[in-house]
Amino acid sequence: MTFLQELTQNLKRNIREYGMYIALFVIFLFFSVATDGMFISSRNISNLFNQMGYIAVLAIGMTLVIVIRHIDLSVGFLAGFLGAVAAIALTQWNLPVWAVIPLVLVFGIGAGLITALMVAKFGIPAFVATLAGWLIYRGALLQVTLRTGTIIIPNPAFNAIGNGYIPDLPLPNFLPGLHKVTLLIGLLAAILMVISSISSRRKKIEYDFEVSSKNMFIISLIFMVILIGIITYILAGYNGLSWTAVIVLGVTLIYHFLTTQTFLGRHIYAVGGNPEAAELSGISVSKITYIVFGSMGMLSALSGMLYASRLQSATTTAGTLFELDAIAAAYVGGVSSAGGVGKVTGSLIGAIVMISLTNGMNLMGIDISTQYIVRGAVLVAAVVFDVATRKRGI
Amino acid sequence: MAVTAITILTRFDAQKILGENMSVPILEMKNITKQFPGVKALDDVSFKVNRAQIHCLVGENGAGKSTLMKVLSGVHPYSSYEGEIYLDGELQTYRNTYDSEKAGIAVIYQELALVPEMMVYENIFLGHEIRKGINVDVNETIKQTVALLKKVRLEVNPSMKVKHLGIGKQQLVEIAKALSRDARLLVLDEPTSALNETDSENLFVILRELKQEGVTSILITHKLQEVLDIADKVTILRDGQSVTTLDNNNGEVNEDVLIKHMVGRSIENIYPDREKKSKDEIILEVRHWNAYDPRLERQILKDVNLKLKKGEILGITGLMGAGRTELARSIFGNTDGYRLEGELVLNGEPISFSSPHKAINAGLAYVTEDRKGDGLILIQDVKANITIANLERILTRGLFIDANAEIRDAREFRDSLDIRTPSINQLVLYLSGGNQQKVSLAKWLYVDPDIMILDEPTRGIDVGAKYEIFTIMNQMVDQGMSIIMISSELPEILGMTDRIYVISEGRVTGEVMTQDADQETIMRYATM
Repeated sequence: MTFLQELTQNLKRNIREYGMYIALFVIFLFFSVATDGMFISSRNISNLFNQMGYIAVLAIGMTLVIVIRHIDLSVGFLAGFLGAVAAIALTQWNLPVWAVIPLVLVFGIGAGLITALMVAKFGIPAFVATLAGWLIYRGALLQVTLRTGTIIIPNPAFNAIGNGYIPDLPLPNFLPGLHKVTLLIGLLAAILMVISSISSRRKKIEYDFEVSSKNMFIISLIFMVILIGIITYILAGYNGLSWTAVIVLGVTLIYHFLTTQTFLGRHIYAVGGNPEAAELSGISVSKITYIVFGSMGMLSALSGMLYASRLQSATTTAGTLFELDAIAAAYVGGVSSAGGVGKVTGSLIGAIVMISLTNGMNLMGIDISTQYIVRGAVLVAAVVFDVATRKRGI
Repeated sequence: MAVTAITILTRFDAQKILGENMSVPILEMKNITKQFPGVKALDDVSFKVNRAQIHCLVGENGAGKSTLMKVLSGVHPYSSYEGEIYLDGELQTYRNTYDSEKAGIAVIYQELALVPEMMVYENIFLGHEIRKGINVDVNETIKQTVALLKKVRLEVNPSMKVKHLGIGKQQLVEIAKALSRDARLLVLDEPTSALNETDSENLFVILRELKQEGVTSILITHKLQEVLDIADKVTILRDGQSVTTLDNNNGEVNEDVLIKHMVGRSIENIYPDREKKSKDEIILEVRHWNAYDPRLERQILKDVNLKLKKGEILGITGLMGAGRTELARSIFGNTDGYRLEGELVLNGEPISFSSPHKAINAGLAYVTEDRKGDGLILIQDVKANITIANLERILTRGLFIDANAEIRDAREFRDSLDIRTPSINQLVLYLSGGNQQKVSLAKWLYVDPDIMILDEPTRGIDVGAKYEIFTIMNQMVDQGMSIIMISSELPEILGMTDRIYVISEGRVTGEVMTQDADQETIMRYATM
């Protein structure tokens, strides 16, 4: 097989997966040209990551919820409510930041487990149970902000989560204008990626399994390294990695490994693929339901804190429509409502696609009404593409 | 001379001669070739069906029967295949199933296309309602439904919801539905695979009656005895080619001939030999087992007592609905949520399983009756299906799946069970029935159980694959496993087991040693 044949075959086989990356690339290219490069500037890209954070973590949790054939409509106002709880804990209970963050995350897990109880134990459809949650958390958010209205958070450490950047080395003369720690992290990430790819390939060869040809392997490695390089360089050109970006990347990495490399992930996809078969294979469907909704609740709490920190306050409308943005991101990212299919990395890309559209159209000065229509059209186009490629049965 | 010859022939033969000589066949498919990416599903197949006959279509799984019928019914539209279809001598160019229905072809699939929540008459006239203005003319619909139900000898209230009918009756409703659309050519895809013997016979009586009225039937089936019973002609497909068409009315056809054509060689013995060496040691005992379904407020199992010996194949048989599957599922973690009474004794120790997980840990495995519904995860690949019930085997640090070990193990099972798949990364969805069943077996062998419960292990599987499944079962017993084989097919129960329990209406009505049993004895117990 020649190299070109292998490349096209590879592309064809993974068209669904690559389709999303290609779409993202096209969107980036389009906005970069349309805004005379403003879109791709370091400052804007860095900003874009920060805008995306609170939706991205929700989308990751939502992916798993949809994979096990459920839905969670309550996450938006739950995030808003828990953001307000964090604000109250900081300003009225006077708890330190390091206590508030885990405390609120635990509250989130608790809220998720209550949803799971409704779904797994009482057999209420998730749509209904979480619609009730949507109402309840909205009411709860209004109640806790009733007296004061917006709660201002005067805590710089907490606010850094949504606005701050990782510190840099105090070497003003070395590589001026670039964020050195970010470059270092990018370099480390690239090295780690190369090493792990090589060792995994070597192991496969040891087992006598099929691997891609050497040329193909090297090309894809170079491609990945360049990609990491470009992203790192762009980010390093402004203030470096933001804390939000660190958190989103961390959550994505953890969930990616959890879903693809562990038995827990396998169990989740088995339950989504065929719950009866999963149960008869010794997997407890209700346990998986608790875990998935619990994780959704925790990520809602995280999302709420990211948002509150970014605004440096808890508002009465925080969390409005987050749930639908998260669901849209997950669907753009290729999750299937029939269950059992969908990747967390896909949903992250989906979130980036959606936020890029908003950001790019804002820069172009496009009216908000048009923005909604374009985003709706992209959502439909993404799902149509997904269904069409799935039908081809690859 | 020719005239006198016809007069002394039976009415039936006359019809045949008329059909063959004096009028065109009702259906003729000429040189059909259908290609899918990478496979030729049909290779120059020709298929001719005479008017008012019952024509059986047999062949192993993957031989092309379903594809041929999909070409006929327009699922694969005209121009997506090569060759021609003639109905009554006219070239047919269906763009979709709607076109073929209009032309008088009705296909009844294994998975019935009825709406359970709707009434019988609504189902029958679904999509071509009798109207009065913009309303449905209910009275006229019911009147016509009564007439149609009479034709298929179904005595039910037309206003009953379909979900309250048994599967056999539902099938008759489907046939009535086809007749309501003036179908002249009925295609039935394995109609009896989910029916008990009474319902199957009833179905055949009706097909014969319809034949007298001029309705032609094409029957796809795996049960060769049925072919011999009912077919006028039988066409055999193998590897996408039409091997031959035989006439069942002149005595040239028997089971051996059919098998020989189907597999391309003769199978001496349908049931592989096994040295029977069960010990007297009892591995599992079920004592005074009662199960109640709290939703239906009905007792499903009544004082069931049975013993499984180490190293034997124990058969459990009975009619459809006797409680065989319910028994297996109530033991294996009780996922249906029955209220249970009684005792389970495993290796002399009393035990109970509150979930399948616990049953698996105690050394049990259960291959379900419905492998697509609750056995396999169709949208996942072969390797994931094999390892899912025992991921512990390939975990590192108690959490991470060793992907390489998984590939290695899955390949091992693919080779040892001869699972025919292009790759272990293939989705199970795309495998044939026999190979799917092998994946089910592999999955449970991967657990390395002491006791394997096999529920209808050969349902919907062709002769060749059946033989392979039986061989695997024998190997399992040789390695010391004990098997409970649940089946409604008496020949395979008699061919494979050491000992048989017969269940009827939730109770054990008979226990026989296989060597002393025959079909009559078992049927007597089964109808007690």
